[in-house]
Amino acid sequence: MMADVHGGATGGEAAETAVEKHASSASPGVAVERADRISNPGFPPERQRVTDLDPAKERSAERTVSGLFLLSVVGSVLAVVAYVAFPIVEGDPSTIRLNNLFLGLGITLGLLGIGIGAVHWSKALMHGHELVEERHGTRGSDETRAKAVEIFQAGNAESGFTRRSLVRNTLIGALVATPIPAIAIFRDLAPAEDPIALLKHTMWEEGVRLTRDPSGTPIKASDVTIGAAFHVIPEGLAELESHKLEEKAKAAVLLMRLPLDRLNEREDRKDWSYDGIVAYSKICTHVGCPVALYEQQTHHLLCPCHQSEFDVANHAEVIFGPAARPLPQLPITVDEEGYLVAKSDFTEPVGPSFWERAL
Amino acid sequence: MRFTGWAANYIDERTSASTAVKALGRKIFPDHWSFMLGEVALYSFVVILLSGTFLTFFFDPSMTEVEYEGSYVPLQGIPMSVAYHSSLDISFEIRGGLLMRQVHHWAALLFVASIGLHMLRVFFTGAFRKPRELNWVIGFLLFVLAMALGFTGYSLPDDLLSGNGLRIIDGMIKAVPLAGGWISYLLFGDEFPGTDIIPRLYVLHILLLPAILVALIGAHMVLLIVNKHTQFAGPGRTNDNVVGAPVMPVFAAKAGGFFFIVFGVIVLIASLFTINPIWNYGPYDPSPVSAGTQPDWYIGFADGALRLIPPGLEIVVFGYTVSFNVLIPLVGLLVFLAAAALYPFLEAWVTGDKREHHIAERPRNNPTRTAIGAAGVTFYAGLWAAASSDLIATHFRLSIEGVIHTLQFVTVVGPFIAYFVTKRVCLALMRKDREIALHGYESGRIVRLPGGEYIEVHEQLDDYERWKLVSYEEYQPLMVRPDARGRITARQRVRASMSRWFFEDRISPVTQRELESQRH
Repeated sequence: MMADVHGGATGGEAAETAVEKHASSASPGVAVERADRISNPGFPPERQRVTDLDPAKERSAERTVSGLFLLSVVGSVLAVVAYVAFPIVEGDPSTIRLNNLFLGLGITLGLLGIGIGAVHWSKALMHGHELVEERHGTRGSDETRAKAVEIFQAGNAESGFTRRSLVRNTLIGALVATPIPAIAIFRDLAPAEDPIALLKHTMWEEGVRLTRDPSGTPIKASDVTIGAAFHVIPEGLAELESHKLEEKAKAAVLLMRLPLDRLNEREDRKDWSYDGIVAYSKICTHVGCPVALYEQQTHHLLCPCHQSEFDVANHAEVIFGPAARPLPQLPITVDEEGYLVAKSDFTEPVGPSFWERAL
Repeated sequence: MRFTGWAANYIDERTSASTAVKALGRKIFPDHWSFMLGEVALYSFVVILLSGTFLTFFFDPSMTEVEYEGSYVPLQGIPMSVAYHSSLDISFEIRGGLLMRQVHHWAALLFVASIGLHMLRVFFTGAFRKPRELNWVIGFLLFVLAMALGFTGYSLPDDLLSGNGLRIIDGMIKAVPLAGGWISYLLFGDEFPGTDIIPRLYVLHILLLPAILVALIGAHMVLLIVNKHTQFAGPGRTNDNVVGAPVMPVFAAKAGGFFFIVFGVIVLIASLFTINPIWNYGPYDPSPVSAGTQPDWYIGFADGALRLIPPGLEIVVFGYTVSFNVLIPLVGLLVFLAAAALYPFLEAWVTGDKREHHIAERPRNNPTRTAIGAAGVTFYAGLWAAASSDLIATHFRLSIEGVIHTLQFVTVVGPFIAYFVTKRVCLALMRKDREIALHGYESGRIVRLPGGEYIEVHEQLDDYERWKLVSYEEYQPLMVRPDARGRITARQRVRASMSRWFFEDRISPVTQRELESQRH
């Protein structure tokens, strides 16, 4: 079965017969089989290592290996020492770095000592000759396969699996039906509400003040100078007891003021802005990242996730990137105290598209 | 020694362990540096298990909101989830906690990388051919699972960066026709982000996915033992033998030692280089985001695919919204992955070769496959680079539009260029090999002939060296022939044209006759 590889000639003959044996078995398909292919020359003569030839080199390799193992012990000890000697001192972040560094270096030494030592041992000192093992076809022998077929046939005969087709088919039916409850009980992964309805509304409604994110202080129209941009949340969001992030993920808004002559407004949205101040959903219409980067000079909004660009001067239409729709606009005005307020909720769902979005 | 004998006997009488030792103890493993890539994957997974277990003792996946009270001053008083708080505590309060977090993260990055390289090695050497097609599929599943484990783990700290990753997943799910909104709702247990997703991902990350992964690794190893490892062609090596080192002791020492080296290198990197500094990002909040957001490297190809889609690809049909800008990357990536998983079956069908193959091929000796692989790598690389399109633009002071258009070109046209170039290079290398096998190599020795002519002396290879150049499989295109009823089926025609595509350009190995006629 297994033979040490010495001297080329004998190995060569064995190799050749092996190749021929193989060629006869299965269909080669479109492979070309040539009679005059060059034959396998067999194993080349063994090369001796220095440690095989020189006992002094062998002893030195032995010392190196055990030295590396000893170094590993030293590393492991150092790691424990570092754990104690470099504690994390509260209020001093640099101690975390030192703890991380020296603990890590100690463990590294402990591991690399063993690793390099073991590999060096195997390469320099262990029996270095290559060995040969025969392969056998992966398929079971004809005898084994016949036996397996016999077992299946006996199983079939003794149970009547094919004969009693009613029993078999009802069993299959039962096995198909039985996982259905397992699927059904996952319904309560989420509450009973219709998520699609939830997706179509946000916290904004008529009269809700636009407030700063995250402080929640309201914004006066006069605070918004030309070129300014505010990150906005609806009033009351910061005080929510629950669903704060869920509401914020829909209601986040960007507020910008553009020079009136730069602002192109659609006829039906002329009254959605106030004196050049426009509010757009901050949630990207692509896959929902916050469109947080505002380029003051060009009035472009850039989504940092997938680089969709929206032109605020032209109703936030997409000018580049994978997004397909403009950012929804929040209709705004001012209340009697001069604070910016919403005139209504968004008139379309915000954020990424979904199947029922336009219904 | 007496104790060892007693213990061995004790165990064997109860487990029949000697049978296993007899069967496997001197099993032969061939040696080649590229065979270590799979080992790196296996060992980094062990490191992941060890460091991950440590982390579970300290991590709390709850999304309950608390105020930060730890030692990291910039975040004090800021509301955050318990998950993020405990990730900060692991980093800042627990000795060795940061080290283990970084070991875990670096090992995960290495795990996916080494699986990827291992797959490329198997692909380009044809080591997926019969009888290893199923093990290729198992390995492919391991690759997908490794990415899933990476992504779920990346999300657990609930920091701003990973939260935006989940937001993107949510957006992609919502684009799924018919049920997208519902799937997202059930997954997050509420509207995005909800308070269930981190605990749910935690269960997937530490229980379900690793259990499947371990089972598949087991199956992968069993098939590796049953099929025995492939080996590269070499003198004395045939399709019917395995030449190399026995498990006991040489392979065990080398592989065991290599485990410690991989482990040691990961710990070394983790002690020197920061990875995923979550404290810089802050807790997840749907509103802020930092410029230059990047996923972990192995998710890059998916993120890049999202970025490369041109604007405006969304339609509304009968009131229903179909977001091609998300569906094209989603389906495209699934098709790409499926093509990788099924490639062995395609090649087996084209060649019709039913024999077992245990000799790993040199990539050049199968030009079409190598070219297909190069095309796939280029496609992947284009998508992957696109995930950093914004950083490429800022670092090299280019316009983001220009970068995206260039990468669109690389991803769409690049694979074809890579295909043709690779195929030509492979054929040229084969011609060179043939030349060397027949005429020897240029010795660098210039000789002046009596007539005054200068020539360079060619040295012949010896038989051992030549064998590596001439011992490869050659295939020819399928000739279409009518079947028993005199018909040529469409299936036959397709197979014939596929095999023409594969094998029309080919260089035959040098034959004995050619070699002999050359010598005279």
